[in-house]
Amino acid sequence: MSNVLILADHDSGKVAKTAAELATLGKRASSVNAVILSAPGQSDALAAQLANTEVEKVLSVESDDFAKHGIAAMVDALSQIVATTNPVAVLIPSTARGKEIAGRLAVRIGGGVITDAVDVASNLQTTQSVFGGSFTVTASVKTGTPVITVRPSAVEASSTSNSPTVEKLSISIADSAKLVTISESKPAVKGGRPELTEAKIVISGGRGTNGDFSQVEAMADLLGAAVGASRAATDAGWYPHTHQVGQTGKTVSPQLYVACGISGAIQHRAGMQTSKTIVAINKDPEAPIFDLADFGVVGDLFAVLPQAREAIAAKRS
Amino acid sequence: MKIAICVKQVPDSWAEKKMVNGVLDRESVDAVLNDLDEYAIEEALRVVEPLNEGKETPEHTITLISMGPDRATEAIRKGLSMGADSGVLVTDPALAGSDAIATSKVLSEVIRAGGFDLVFCGTESTDARMSVIPAMLAERLGWAQLTFAGSVKVDASNSVVEIARMTESGVETMSAKFPCVVSVIEKINEPRYPSFKGIMAAKKKVIENKSLADFGISAAEVGATGAWSVVADAQARPPRDKGVKIEDSGEAGAKLADYLAEKRLV
Ligand SMILES: Cc1cc2nc3c(=O)[nH]c(=O)nc-3n(C[C@H](O)[C@H](O)[C@H](O)COP(=O)(O)OP(=O)(O)OC[C@H]3O[C@@H](n4cnc5c(N)ncnc54)[C@H](O)[C@@H]3O)c2cc1C
Repeated sequence: MSNVLILADHDSGKVAKTAAELATLGKRASSVNAVILSAPGQSDALAAQLANTEVEKVLSVESDDFAKHGIAAMVDALSQIVATTNPVAVLIPSTARGKEIAGRLAVRIGGGVITDAVDVASNLQTTQSVFGGSFTVTASVKTGTPVITVRPSAVEASSTSNSPTVEKLSISIADSAKLVTISESKPAVKGGRPELTEAKIVISGGRGTNGDFSQVEAMADLLGAAVGASRAATDAGWYPHTHQVGQTGKTVSPQLYVACGISGAIQHRAGMQTSKTIVAINKDPEAPIFDLADFGVVGDLFAVLPQAREAIAAKRS
Repeated sequence: MKIAICVKQVPDSWAEKKMVNGVLDRESVDAVLNDLDEYAIEEALRVVEPLNEGKETPEHTITLISMGPDRATEAIRKGLSMGADSGVLVTDPALAGSDAIATSKVLSEVIRAGGFDLVFCGTESTDARMSVIPAMLAERLGWAQLTFAGSVKVDASNSVVEIARMTESGVETMSAKFPCVVSVIEKINEPRYPSFKGIMAAKKKVIENKSLADFGISAAEVGATGAWSVVADAQARPPRDKGVKIEDSGEAGAKLADYLAEKRLV
């Protein structure tokens, strides 16, 4: 039966939000099978989290090889599933790992690959935002099974009353996929704040914070926002590198992006310039970030942020 | 030990980009060595330099491999002036418009022919930004994939590489036997500037010019005709509306709050 295969990513026992988003896009083209690659004994609890999404059927593979050998083992399992289920497309989350899986899988199965899609139509035509958001490109795969990676939060996941069937597949991983041995794995520490790529509001701090993110964090907490950082701030060790926004960090596209003490280098802009509304707070009136800002404040972030917070709190009460 | 580094010439990050018929117009902008590749060159130099110390002719060598037009020689030359030993440039009119599938095909054939132990890459090119080539090379070559390295340890005598893979999902320590494909993130080092001596020495280093036929690749497999995906349309994003800019004289925070409230963002 015609189907779209999605890779349901998960971390520390939780299925990522991207799974429901990919299912929503996949459903436009066909019925959706979700692959869960997990350690032994984990797949049932993970599969249960796909209830009420557009996933029709869960295909789960349990093996220690995924944690031990990483991407190559995952690609090996996926390619075997593609060979037996013959999907019209494979959708994968656009994370560092997802893109690498997609690249290898495309080579293996002989299909074209498109990365960082922000939309996928029912005819599998993709929309991408390229060159730091300065161009919108529509494209499609013309050879083989399309392998498409989709940016997290690109679409709103639709909810259904589905409860998908679960099929456990017994797949053995080829020795050629076990060349790498992972000896230690430290998942990124997740704070209580929303994920950067999922947040509706992002408050970011740069070198201008001088290492003191307390005002940035206080504003983020008031607005239920995620905290981002420029490379200058992550390089200085002021904020974890997983929070870096930009070309070599994350790409975000929230409703509101507030850049505090960030100059607006091209590499930073590449990760945030498709944000709906951009606010900049910077002491330097010539800072390039003001070229992008819908609302710019020439001022000291340590004066502007606390005052804005107080005023917002006053409006709410 | 023979190390290959895949490098790409890209439009300068600051240059305004134009698209013509769905492809980037590369002619109209300044071209530079992809800056993320400089981290790979620096890291490979840091691997071989201590091992070559005091040797008359270096036992461990670095070869830069690129696919691109003739002028990509300049990008290779920059890497040679940093300290790499030689270069290979694959140029062919048929290559124009190649996708990642074709690019990885060509690079993998050059690597296979060269008898390398390790390949180093940047994590992505600053123009295409797909971040798939290193993984595709590992796939095509059947080599170990050690990518997104925030640190690299090469044990040349035991032919083992260990890296700390650093991505949004955390940090993983992983290792593999040669041959490996390694990609490095930009936090790994601070690339050196070519010295005057390095620039002079690079002029005498050899850059081999190769064509597709040298690697038995047919023109139909690459370029726009061989691409497995096609661009239907490319539109410049409309410029952002000009915003307002206020000078703080004591009440900018309150004004910011008003603006956000007006936009229903708070
Ligand atoms: C290969 C490569 C990849 C890169 N990738 C990224 C990336 O992914 N993300 C990224 O962000 N950068 C990246 N960069 C770095 C980028 O080029 C800039 O160096 C970086 O973004 C600068 O960070 P910043 O704006 O915080 O610091 P700066 O450029 O130093 O700007 C600090 C700003 O703070 C202002 N300021 C100072 N004090 C105050 C105050 N009290 N109140 C208000 N304003 C104040 C100053 O006026 C200044 O404009 C990359 C660079 C390279 C070469």
